[in-house]
Amino acid sequence: MPTGVPIEFAHVTKSFGAVDAVSDLSFTVEPGQVTGFLGPNGAGKTTSLRMLLGLVTPTSGTATFGGTTYGRLGSPLTTVGASLEAASFHPGRSARNHLAVYAQAAGLPSTAPDAALEKVGLGAYGARRVGGYSLGMRQRLGLAFALLGDPSVLVLDEPINGLDPEGIKWIRLLLRGMAAEGRTVLISSHLLSEVQQTVDDVIIISHGKLVHRGELSSLDVSDSKQVQVNADDRERLAEVIRSAGFEVANLRSGVLVENADAAAIGRLAFDAGIPLTALSQKRTGLEESFLTLVGEEGAL
Amino acid sequence: MNIVASLRSEITKLTSTRLWWVLAVIMVGYVALCAGGLAAILSGVGTQAGAPVLSDAQLPPLIYSFATSVGYVFPVLLGALAVTSEFRFQSLTPTFLATPRRGTVLAGKMTALVLAGAMFGVLALVASMGAGAAVLGAFGIDPQLGSPDTWAFVGRSILAMALWAAIGVGLGALVPSQIAAIVIVLAFTQFLEPLLRFGASITDWSAAIGKFLPGAASDALVGSSIFTLTSGGGTQLEWWQGALVLAAIAAVATAIGYFTSWRRDVS
Ligand SMILES: Nc1ncnc2c1ncn2[C@@H]1O[C@H](COP(=O)(O)OP(=O)(O)OP(=O)(O)O)[C@@H](O)[C@H]1O
Ligand SMILES: [Mg+2]
Repeated sequence: MPTGVPIEFAHVTKSFGAVDAVSDLSFTVEPGQVTGFLGPNGAGKTTSLRMLLGLVTPTSGTATFGGTTYGRLGSPLTTVGASLEAASFHPGRSARNHLAVYAQAAGLPSTAPDAALEKVGLGAYGARRVGGYSLGMRQRLGLAFALLGDPSVLVLDEPINGLDPEGIKWIRLLLRGMAAEGRTVLISSHLLSEVQQTVDDVIIISHGKLVHRGELSSLDVSDSKQVQVNADDRERLAEVIRSAGFEVANLRSGVLVENADAAAIGRLAFDAGIPLTALSQKRTGLEESFLTLVGEEGAL
Repeated sequence: MNIVASLRSEITKLTSTRLWWVLAVIMVGYVALCAGGLAAILSGVGTQAGAPVLSDAQLPPLIYSFATSVGYVFPVLLGALAVTSEFRFQSLTPTFLATPRRGTVLAGKMTALVLAGAMFGVLALVASMGAGAAVLGAFGIDPQLGSPDTWAFVGRSILAMALWAAIGVGLGALVPSQIAAIVIVLAFTQFLEPLLRFGASITDWSAAIGKFLPGAASDALVGSSIFTLTSGGGTQLEWWQGALVLAAIAAVATAIGYFTSWRRDVS
């Protein structure tokens, strides 16, 4: 069984001229779980992953696989499987040949390309020129490249982008399965909702800086309780709730009560004889805490 | 992860797209047309006029050398496109992921293209010698196919084509923009260099510099060409000096390209 090594970022910084794409980024990604690498557009996710993979040279700091930089790995494709967001293939080459090119370069067995195509569901399309592939098929081909050497570490940049619902479900299972086998899995996304059912841990960056690191549940800050409630006679409802000592705000679709509990508000309305048309406990969702962390306007 | 694995991978890259055979087909057609056409004209002139421009013995090598004198642009293009397409299609990302040692990749690519250039040389010679010998034979001129000189010429021509492919690799590394590289290849080989060579041949001192132009070096290596005929021969390098000039151009361009574009961030 492949055991993943941790991914370690230590004070990684990258400037493109005047642009600080990544600033003093330090974190560790442990094997055995799926870690989400999140941040809005332009936050520096792709740049960070490219530095980890030896494609971009950091201005300072190091990104390693258990202490070894990508360039010094003895057998890179069997250690680390990576796919990056950009479509990186010659459109005139068939998918099988595309993979064969890199399998040969890495000294993998000649059966590796077909096995990888089979794994991502492209088995029947291997002979087709990649230029004719759909977005989702290209995404799968990128993943097939990552899986080529059956690696113990997976680094995927926006792997869910462009997949249909079935594809999303499939990749979710695949990644969870690989993590369960003890591999290290790091996936980036600019949407928390896209990966929240897949990841155990999150690393959130914004403007090239680490803003949050922890388990997914650490984002679920539901301490501020709000109740959304509505009735045909909305004025009276608001009046009743306000006189019970709650803070009330009018919404287009009802009344928002701060620091309340849905059951208490329901009882209040019942006692006052007001039939409710809606009653729900609002929680500060993951996506909202994500937006709070990265700043509502995002990085751009 | 060594040079052999990288070479295999680069050969697969070359053979798995249409580019190589499209270029090869155009080259073979073009070379055959030029060699056959000129063979017909010169043989015709020779048999009709009282004093032929060239003796019958001079004719075959001149005609066969169309393989390189018009064919050389094709291995250059193949080499340049092999490198620039990596930049254009961003396939340097998977390439460097599979082989993080970028020098190994470039060495593998260079070796693959030298082999491909040699193969282009064989194809171009088949075209020039096939068409040329057929026409010469039809005019009753000895095509000299059995002569050792002809086969030494064949060997030197193959070497020239291999070196031209290497120059293409160097150019591609130096100028990663595919369009720019193609424009440079065509402008230089089809326009600028012929002009420079003609200009250089006018005075003695410029001719001494002109013989180091890549096309002149290539002709020196091959040993004869339509150019040496039209520009009156003049000063020429030794064949091995011609080979060294071509190899040096390829090496310098590749080395500069390696330190500039090849080692840059891939993003
Ligand atoms: N080669 C480059 N030259 C100059 N600036 C760059 C380069 N690559 C990235 N940047 C800048 O670095 C910042 C981070 O970019 P990066 O692509 O890493 O963001 P990202 O988090 O992957 O965004 P997205 O979600 O849009 O993919 C951006 O401001 C971008 O403009
Ligand atoms: Mg990105």
